[in-house]
Amino acid sequence: MKETIKKLTECFGPSGHETAVREAILAELPRGLETRVDAMGNLIVHRKGKAGGWRLMLAAHMDEIGIVVTHVDARGFLRFGNVGGVHLLPLLGGRVRFADGTIGAIGVEKTDDANKIPGMEKFYIDVGAKSPDDCPVRVGDVACFHRTCEERGSRIVAKAMDDRVGCAVLVHVLKDLKECPHDLYVVFTVQEEVGLRGATAAGFSVEPDVALAVDITLTGDTPECAPMAVSLGAGPAVKIKDRAMLAHPGVKDWLLRTAEASGIPCQREVLVMGTTDASVIQVSRAGVPSGCLSIPTRYAHSPSEMVDYGDVQASVRLLLGALAGPIDIG
Amino acid sequence: MLLERLSEAHGVSGREEEVRSIVLSEIRGRVDDCRIDGVGNLIAHRKGTGASSLRVLLAAHMDEVGLMITLAEDSGLLRFAKVGGIDDRVLPARTVLIGPKKVPGVIGMKPVHLTDNAERNKVVESRQLVIDIGASSKAEAEKLVQRGDTAVFATRYRSLAGEGSAWRTVQGKAFDDRVGCTLLVELLAERFPFALSAAFTVQEEVGLRGAKVVAYAENPDAAVVLECTGANEVPTPLDVSPSTRVGGGAAITIRDTSFIADPRLVELFASTAHRLGIAHQFKQPNIGGTDAGVIHKSRAGIPSITIAVPARYIHSPAAIMDLRDFDATLALVREALQSLPQALSSQGART
Ligand SMILES: [Zn+2]
Ligand SMILES: [Zn+2]
Repeated sequence: MKETIKKLTECFGPSGHETAVREAILAELPRGLETRVDAMGNLIVHRKGKAGGWRLMLAAHMDEIGIVVTHVDARGFLRFGNVGGVHLLPLLGGRVRFADGTIGAIGVEKTDDANKIPGMEKFYIDVGAKSPDDCPVRVGDVACFHRTCEERGSRIVAKAMDDRVGCAVLVHVLKDLKECPHDLYVVFTVQEEVGLRGATAAGFSVEPDVALAVDITLTGDTPECAPMAVSLGAGPAVKIKDRAMLAHPGVKDWLLRTAEASGIPCQREVLVMGTTDASVIQVSRAGVPSGCLSIPTRYAHSPSEMVDYGDVQASVRLLLGALAGPIDIG
Repeated sequence: MLLERLSEAHGVSGREEEVRSIVLSEIRGRVDDCRIDGVGNLIAHRKGTGASSLRVLLAAHMDEVGLMITLAEDSGLLRFAKVGGIDDRVLPARTVLIGPKKVPGVIGMKPVHLTDNAERNKVVESRQLVIDIGASSKAEAEKLVQRGDTAVFATRYRSLAGEGSAWRTVQGKAFDDRVGCTLLVELLAERFPFALSAAFTVQEEVGLRGAKVVAYAENPDAAVVLECTGANEVPTPLDVSPSTRVGGGAAITIRDTSFIADPRLVELFASTAHRLGIAHQFKQPNIGGTDAGVIHKSRAGIPSITIAVPARYIHSPAAIMDLRDFDATLALVREALQSLPQALSSQGART
């Protein structure tokens, strides 16, 4: 699965431009599954179930944060805006990559106060152009942060771990799944980072009985960080609550029970900031009991998002266990 | 002229009746059927040539930003709340028209003789302003104006372009989005390959509320939102581009804060403009939002785009636009829509 993570995290896929990710996922999927791409670009994979099974939706988002070019100036420098929640601190010295492979270095104007983080309008991108005429990039083009995926020991660090690691988990669930009575819809969604837009549409069209998002969550185990009772390497996290969702208690208990029964370590997640696709699927149509399995991740929304490989493997095992039998959500 | 009548009509979000009745009388003969839905949207249908089985939604919002009367003081002065995004700085000393009777008033503030320097350097918040209709008491005021009545800027539509000007500039209020409504009325005279749903929506300025209902009910295969967008060309010392430029032609949205335009539709509009030599520009990304923000993620997802006429000083008492941009936008939409079915069937263009 490490190869899948490397392959997917290194794909180009800022929100609205998920084609490369979608194609990489399609190439990894086992044969014999029904797949379709909907009007927004969501990849919907269907694995038929048996009579009596539930209609189950699992979602992970393909898109990543990035930047969009808003202006090319007379000397060929690019000004840009954010695609999704981009932090300002990691920008300086970073590099971005455009769809055609063009690499740009991020620079910043001189600042009057070195202790203040300049706003995004003070940063610019240098792609080596000298004028708009020899600039390979146009206004409206998007770029992702440019980093390779690296590992040391059990830790893996990459850009776009949010949420390619979730995509990788679901790809491997589809690969390893044997017995499953449920009608399974695995949806690789678009435009999560700009407002859960793909999942809004997919939740409507799939119309599931139960839904789970598989996404990353933050941790509270780094120096002087905000307190949070989730650590890297202590197993996947079952979401209780985040900024926009209270997980369905039955769905949450179903996951926790499965983990306990199979001896898989897992944590309980209460996230103050952020949310996932599950929050919009939950209120789709007449409402869908929904939850989220989260993969603890350090440095989220930076170009260096770090996960623990043990947590990732345990996430796959937990989902395989949860899908194997009848679902009881009370 | 229709744009003039629509610009001068009253239609603060939630009170779009006057605009709707003008539109209704204009389109009656052009459409196969029309209805007013539960929240006040006007939805009309026009059959296509039959060449395509698609159903395409064109939408423009009827509402404008404005004010709502909240209270008459004992003195007869009126307190108000803003409806939609209005900068407090554009309010003081403006003349307004209130309610169905169009009662004239002025947004009162202390005259310059009575203010000190510190006061003059501060923006007066809208909740500290009053509307003065010249009433001598609360009772007198309440005979003319009811709590909940809405007020619009008392701006007449007029042409600014002088003899021999390269531009055909006009000035007026509510170009956002009576310009879109005018475009949509014009487009209803055309016959397209697909079945057309034309929606004149309500309550865009307070959260895209009408369009949400329209998209659900009409369930189209694609949507084009017709808008009037801001052109900020106030000079700056920095080399940064304006959001859009007046005189620059039809503004095509690639992405704004509310949605990402379907790349196939962006390509369709850009290539049509190129092919026919129609003036066009790309609106600077990440600014503003339109009805497309709710339409594109309605139901199972609807490929959408916004095409707009640029105007300076929107959401203020008087915007300025160039009728050449209006003509370019009309021409672009009219021509591009003819090949929309082919554009949507090209899967490969989505990147
Ligand atoms: Zn995520
Ligand atoms: Zn508007």
